Amino acid sequence: MNFEFSDDVTTMREEVHRFLTEQLPAGVVRQRIDAGARFDEDLWSKIAEMGWLGAAIPEEFGGVELGYEALCMIAEELGRALPSVPFASSIYLAGQAIVLFGSQAQKTGYLPRLADGSLIGTFALAEGAGDPKPNAVHARVTAGRLTGTKMPVFDGMVADFAVVAAQAEAGEPGLFIVDLTAHGVTRRAIESLDLGRAAAEIQFDGATAELLPLAQDWHAVTALLDRAAILFAFEQVGGAQAALAMALNYAQNRYAFGRPLAALQALKHKLADIYVLTELARSNAYFGAWALDSNAPELASAAAAARLSANEAFYQAAKENIQIHGGMGFTWESDCHLFYRRAKQMAGNLGSARYWRNRLIDRLLTQNENIKAA
Amino acid sequence: MDFSDTPQEAEFRAEAQAFLAANAKLRPENSHAYRSRAFNDEDVQHSKAWQATKAKAGFAGFHWPKKYGGREGSQMQAIIFAQEEEKYSVPPGIFNQGVGMALPTIMSCGTPAQAERYARPALFGEEVWCQLFSEPAAGSDLAGLRTKAERQGDEWVINGQKVWTSNAHFSQFAMLVARSNPDVPKHQGLTFFILDMATPGVEVRRIKQISGTSNFCEVFLTDVRIPDANRLGAVGDGWKVAMTMLANERFTVAQAEGPDFDDILPLVKQVLLDGKAAIEDSAVREKLAVWYCQAQGLKYTRLRMQTALSRGKTPGPEASIGKLVSASKLQEIAAFGIDLLGQSGAVMDGELAPYNAWFQHALLYAPGKRIAGGTDEVLRNIIAERVLKMPPELRVDKGMAFNQIPTGLR
Repeated sequence: MNFEFSDDVTTMREEVHRFLTEQLPAGVVRQRIDAGARFDEDLWSKIAEMGWLGAAIPEEFGGVELGYEALCMIAEELGRALPSVPFASSIYLAGQAIVLFGSQAQKTGYLPRLADGSLIGTFALAEGAGDPKPNAVHARVTAGRLTGTKMPVFDGMVADFAVVAAQAEAGEPGLFIVDLTAHGVTRRAIESLDLGRAAAEIQFDGATAELLPLAQDWHAVTALLDRAAILFAFEQVGGAQAALAMALNYAQNRYAFGRPLAALQALKHKLADIYVLTELARSNAYFGAWALDSNAPELASAAAAARLSANEAFYQAAKENIQIHGGMGFTWESDCHLFYRRAKQMAGNLGSARYWRNRLIDRLLTQNENIKAA
Repeated sequence: MDFSDTPQEAEFRAEAQAFLAANAKLRPENSHAYRSRAFNDEDVQHSKAWQATKAKAGFAGFHWPKKYGGREGSQMQAIIFAQEEEKYSVPPGIFNQGVGMALPTIMSCGTPAQAERYARPALFGEEVWCQLFSEPAAGSDLAGLRTKAERQGDEWVINGQKVWTSNAHFSQFAMLVARSNPDVPKHQGLTFFILDMATPGVEVRRIKQISGTSNFCEVFLTDVRIPDANRLGAVGDGWKVAMTMLANERFTVAQAEGPDFDDILPLVKQVLLDGKAAIEDSAVREKLAVWYCQAQGLKYTRLRMQTALSRGKTPGPEASIGKLVSASKLQEIAAFGIDLLGQSGAVMDGELAPYNAWFQHALLYAPGKRIAGGTDEVLRNIIAERVLKMPPELRVDKGMAFNQIPTGLR
């Protein structure tokens, strides 16, 4: 029985943690946002140099193939540090789509450049409000040309290409690679709740679209979402942990009525509850990491449980972090809002909690039926 | 990450499986094991016999020294054996207080003669132990207990009342904490004793709980004489000894029993709401998803703790999470199972209510789970103070002699 990260990953975590702490001292994430940067390009190139982008990309395609456990750990540390980089869009979504569903040529063409950071990818699924459903996809590819509008596409302004969900000529929506710098693509920046993950609306008007050969049906979309949900869950657990630490630090150092806020039982119980939510979310994320790494049959239910628990833990931690900071937490400079904003961005990005709860229950019911039939 | 046993663990598991297969019957699938009645004499006899069978085969006292009949094995072996034993219909365990708590405490705080006297009879199921700690006026504030211990020559004379004692009515021995000095601050004036429950002046009464059953007792102690040789630890060290013992408790009661997600799921598939299976209803799905995530989260939190254990680390106060979350989850699932039945939710006839009225019974035992072994509130304080390192509660009785502490009664 070993339900912990491997020693290698644990050692690497120290490095990752130290690096991010050095690169992003308190306030820096916000200052770079304030400076109007599209994203933190300096950090992005350093992250690429460290090899993190290629953690789950096979060596033959330019990755370092550290495995999913390592990628989960990196996700958790990034969630804690909250940098403005398109890591989730480019690596968990676009990169994984190509790893899972791409042809040899597509892998050779894209993965090495995703791994070295010279190319940024994103995932274009949503077409306005609602959850990921095949009948909500109206974008269409006809004779290799994509038409339709995707909104929001996170990191859509900085990405070089997108993996786009669109209806093929027959059947269910599949996944296509589209060069966002090519003819037939118009994008405009739209305001996003998450300041570190700028969104775009992208209009496709006959843009060249190249099918990912193993992603010809909706199955591919849900498989991608499941895997991304686990990586998202690690970011959310990292975010929850950081928001909890921040609240705790403030409560320990701010005095009222002659003692630290942290001495008040109302605050002790509140933070104890957030600690419990975070630990349950972490445990579910761990199981997700195991399922991801071993491609287990439980992957779908593990992903849903990881995502739902992590959503809740991150949101509660971020929300109560503002509350515990009092008026100070309501100011721009407190940075509390960065967690609060990201918690909500991440909770919606892969589909709402309602959508994931339904998927979880559906999945458990079929798992049960399968067990009965066997 | 790897869920499989190490070669040593696998070898031990195979041994345990062979022992269980040869000595017990498998539990039927989907049997909802709960007990609405208290243990009777027959249960106690069965439990004693099963404990003896296990001890003789080396499947008890996993981390006890060999000289007392133990295995000198690991905590992991205890966990693996419990996982395998759970698959069998075996008599209820009534030896945790003795084997899991009293004897390890006697071995670490008592004299070799005491350990020699009590270890084997406890391990082999001959002597049952109970715990005389809580009092009517001392629950979460255990150190405020008032049962008096007065020294008279080579004896101590005990007067007072204990409460919430499981198994007292069939126990041979008890661990007793009493106040030997009321003139010093409360934690300093306590002394720990081993009490023979057959001593004159010990009177056990059953407590009728909100469910109508009696799992607990109250114990009245009137001029009970205990030889000084049965004192455990130094005079005034009772708190230290009690803490040594309670450190073992929170891990052993880490999880409240069901109904859990797996029990409510079949019910929501059967029950109809508006002509459709309840599981189709989105409000029902929402609740189920929350409980599934909690149940899974607890399961894997436990596995993380077991990983720490198997690497030789001691589980910390994090173990409080299990009881804190599972007790409320159980109460909510019980209440929901009843809500689901609408107008017949309050029917408690075992022939009519699903699963022999398990949800209705659970509604009535769930409140106890949120209190026993540390209330929700105490557990939150423990997490806040020991895990998150937040300051301790203000104590207005700190440093005050026990007999000067306000009680509301004087």
